[in-house]
Amino acid sequence: MTIAIHVENLTRRFGDLVAVDHISFEIGQGEIFGLLGPNGAGKTTTLSMLATMLKPSEGNATVNGIDVEKDEDGVRRLIGIVFQYQSLDEELTAWENMDFHGRLYRLPTDVRNQRIGELLALVELADRKDDIVKTFSGGMRRRLEIARGLLHHPAVQFLDEPTLGLDPQTRNHLWQYIATLSKEKGITIILTTHYMEEADRLCNRVAIIDHGKIIALDTPSNLKDGIGGDVVTIKSTDTAAIVETLKEPWINRVDTHEGEVVISLRNAEQHLSTIVTLLVARQIPISSISIHKPTLEDVFLSFTGKSIREQEAGTADILRQQMKMMRRH
Amino acid sequence: MDIIYTIWLRSMKRFIRSKSRIIGSIAMPLFFLLFLGFGLNSVVSLPGLGGNYIVFLIPGMVAMSVLFTSVFSGIQIIWDKQFGFLKETLVAPVSRLEIMLGQTAGGATTAVVQGLMILILSILIGLSIQSIPGFLIAIGFMVLIGIGFTAFGIAIASSMEDMNGFQLIMNFVIFPIFGLSGALFPISSLPGWKESGTGSPESRRSIRLSALRSSGVSRLR
Ligand SMILES: Nc1ncnc2c1ncn2[C@@H]1O[C@H](COP(=O)(O)OP(=O)(O)OP(=O)(O)O)[C@@H](O)[C@H]1O
Ligand SMILES: [Mg+2]
Repeated sequence: MTIAIHVENLTRRFGDLVAVDHISFEIGQGEIFGLLGPNGAGKTTTLSMLATMLKPSEGNATVNGIDVEKDEDGVRRLIGIVFQYQSLDEELTAWENMDFHGRLYRLPTDVRNQRIGELLALVELADRKDDIVKTFSGGMRRRLEIARGLLHHPAVQFLDEPTLGLDPQTRNHLWQYIATLSKEKGITIILTTHYMEEADRLCNRVAIIDHGKIIALDTPSNLKDGIGGDVVTIKSTDTAAIVETLKEPWINRVDTHEGEVVISLRNAEQHLSTIVTLLVARQIPISSISIHKPTLEDVFLSFTGKSIREQEAGTADILRQQMKMMRRH
Repeated sequence: MDIIYTIWLRSMKRFIRSKSRIIGSIAMPLFFLLFLGFGLNSVVSLPGLGGNYIVFLIPGMVAMSVLFTSVFSGIQIIWDKQFGFLKETLVAPVSRLEIMLGQTAGGATTAVVQGLMILILSILIGLSIQSIPGFLIAIGFMVLIGIGFTAFGIAIASSMEDMNGFQLIMNFVIFPIFGLSGALFPISSLPGWKESGTGSPESRRSIRLSALRSSGVSRLR
């Protein structure tokens, strides 16, 4: 496998804050690689460094063998990026925004026109192509932005939260298109996301990133297997007693988390009745009990002790988010 | 070259669509021309100008319109930065020089077109062109002002993070340049200390303005 992206000890500081903390990984050509993590984890900062928009504080990275610090132009010729935040010209029409991009990337006129038509149809904006972007809804802008990003078929495509705020149907279309693009054109794709399902369905490999560090990196199925089987969640007022009780050898892991006990075990269906019997025998109250196949969410929980969603709602992150908005306006 | 054209093309599209901005930026020099011109025409008599203040004022107002529009167009880059659009151009495989030249070409074109509109409107207020070559030279100077000051605006914009510093620039850079340019009164009526400041941007501009004046616009009658 040829290496498309090589990252070694890549670090970025903002004052005292270490936004990206000595991360290293490699991505093969044609791979779809996901960076999964909560708000403020350092996903955008990592992509910005790879896309030459931000200087690393330490470490190095190469794209198709070209160093992102030493040869910015060389890297720019290879990449395409869809930014997390809007970067459209609101006073131009959808078509004109695409056309501007196509010309910047020096696509010949016929290829340009053909692809613009194709992509606008894909994101269902064909009938709005001559409308000024100012009149578009948030989701329509997002779709246009993605269509524009995919226009020039770069060797390496960065997608920063590509489907954030899109309806499930559009999201599905885009996933299919991205998968096809990578398969047919051999385009290497790196995307960031907080959607577990997106990472799971689309990515060959996923790096889970939190507080600037990579805490796990593997294929989605290996990550989920690593949890140790299925996940049983028991809601109860006395979680401590449950942890106390469940010491059976077939239980791989027990965690408590917000009034819930999360248990990992193989073949949960077969063991469920035993679990219930044990708890009832000790008269431990059970409000609810559920079984599911592990998701990347469970993987994140097992590595950090927190779920991605509740991290998102944390006050610190809301503040960070607001700061970000203020920087933008 | 096609990259410069692409960026220029975008400026033109934005320019043509911004009707209110066009009207706004023509209105100011035009009002100056009408109010100051007609208001002061009978009161002001400038040494060596035969007494017609409006005729003195027109090239100044044309230059003013080109000056303001071009600096504004340069500063527009800040909006691109704030609306995120600048990232789109910066991450593309194009050189910074091409981006700069494209923006400058766009801004200068906009500015010259606006200047020409003032010129045409002044003809409506009763001026007539006396010499065609002089007129062409005047346009040449408008182009120079346009290019110079768009580039100047871009230079300012690239060191500013947002629009907050904008008022400061207006008050301390653009108005002094305008005030001392000789657009409203002859430079020779300034106190000696200021007139002797050759080499400062103001005086360089006043040289250009007097060139614009002597090259023909003032000969429009
Ligand atoms: N320009 C900047 N100046 C100061 N701090 C910054 C800057 N950009 C990012 N940060 C900080 O770096 C950290 C990582 O930010 P980053 O945008 O990479 O997060 P993210 O993983 O993309 O989050 P999200 O899911 O919210 O997009 C955050 O704590 C953020 O506040
Ligand atoms: Mg981000």
